[in-house]
Amino acid sequence: MKNSLDRLMDADDSEPLVDELDRRIIQATQAGLPLDVRPYHALAEALEVAVDVVMARLSSMRERGIIRRIAAVPNHYALGYKVNGMSVWDVPDDSVARLGKQVGALDFVSHCYQRPRHLPVWPYNLFAMVHGQTREAVEDQVGEIAALLEGCNRGHEVLYSTRILKKTGLRISK
Amino acid sequence: MKSRNNDPAILSTPVALTALEKTLLNDFQRGLPMTATPFADVAAQTGVSEEMVIDTLQSLQQRGLISRVGPVFAPRRAGASTLAALSVPEDQLDEVAGIVNEFAEVNHNYQREHDYNLWFVVTAPDQSQVDRVLAEIESATGLPVLDLPLERSFYIDLGFPLWC
Repeated sequence: MKNSLDRLMDADDSEPLVDELDRRIIQATQAGLPLDVRPYHALAEALEVAVDVVMARLSSMRERGIIRRIAAVPNHYALGYKVNGMSVWDVPDDSVARLGKQVGALDFVSHCYQRPRHLPVWPYNLFAMVHGQTREAVEDQVGEIAALLEGCNRGHEVLYSTRILKKTGLRISK
Repeated sequence: MKSRNNDPAILSTPVALTALEKTLLNDFQRGLPMTATPFADVAAQTGVSEEMVIDTLQSLQQRGLISRVGPVFAPRRAGASTLAALSVPEDQLDEVAGIVNEFAEVNHNYQREHDYNLWFVVTAPDQSQVDRVLAEIESATGLPVLDLPLERSFYIDLGFPLWC
């Protein structure tokens, strides 16, 4: 059962978190900023909005967690980190929040999420994405997660990706 | 079934990068300065010219080593999304992947080694559209969709250690 604080902290808010201008800014930047000496000026010009407003909106979305970061986004696969293992774990529900925080804090875990089980076909409730240059490197990292979870690990699997069939940035419909 | 990852030659291919490229990738993947001239500020911190920073980022982008320089959006906050999986008979995988990829709401689709061998992310402005897309995929493929929406994120933004 989730308590009220968890609900507040959950991303699943029904109230709209972005308004029309935020949406336009998201649409204009989801493929990247112009690599210009003044990228936000270029963006503001394209949107016909004052640059201060554009930067304030981006800062606000960053503070509210809608934007995680504004940064160079590495393509791990092209950089040689070709092995992507989605490790999935069955841990007790009353420990998943505590354990998830510990697993998410490991520097080699790029994403860590709680997701629902679908018994009997899917018993796993904790997902941790691990990348490496070799499968052995990923296996070592999965071993570190297993050691951290100890007796709370009631079962896990690693689903290695064998092909990227589609990968695009976030799309927001107009 | 072609699987690039099973090719050891591809796995062991190193990517040659300059010291500046590594610095930009490692030190600025967590965030650029939120200023009017972020590349000049990165240049000042790195001890190179603004032009070199911009040229290097352009080159990394052209070579596909960075997908972009810009905002990374948290999942789900901007709209609704889910992680979904299908268990597809191997001989139908390309056909089913094609059906799934047709949907504009599908922005990631990976083949993985498992009974559930097709994993994709559906993102839409609201939950009802996500549900509709999943229903349409079930009906078009004749396969039941495993729907695994995010319940909680434990993401801590430490960046990804490259070449450590």
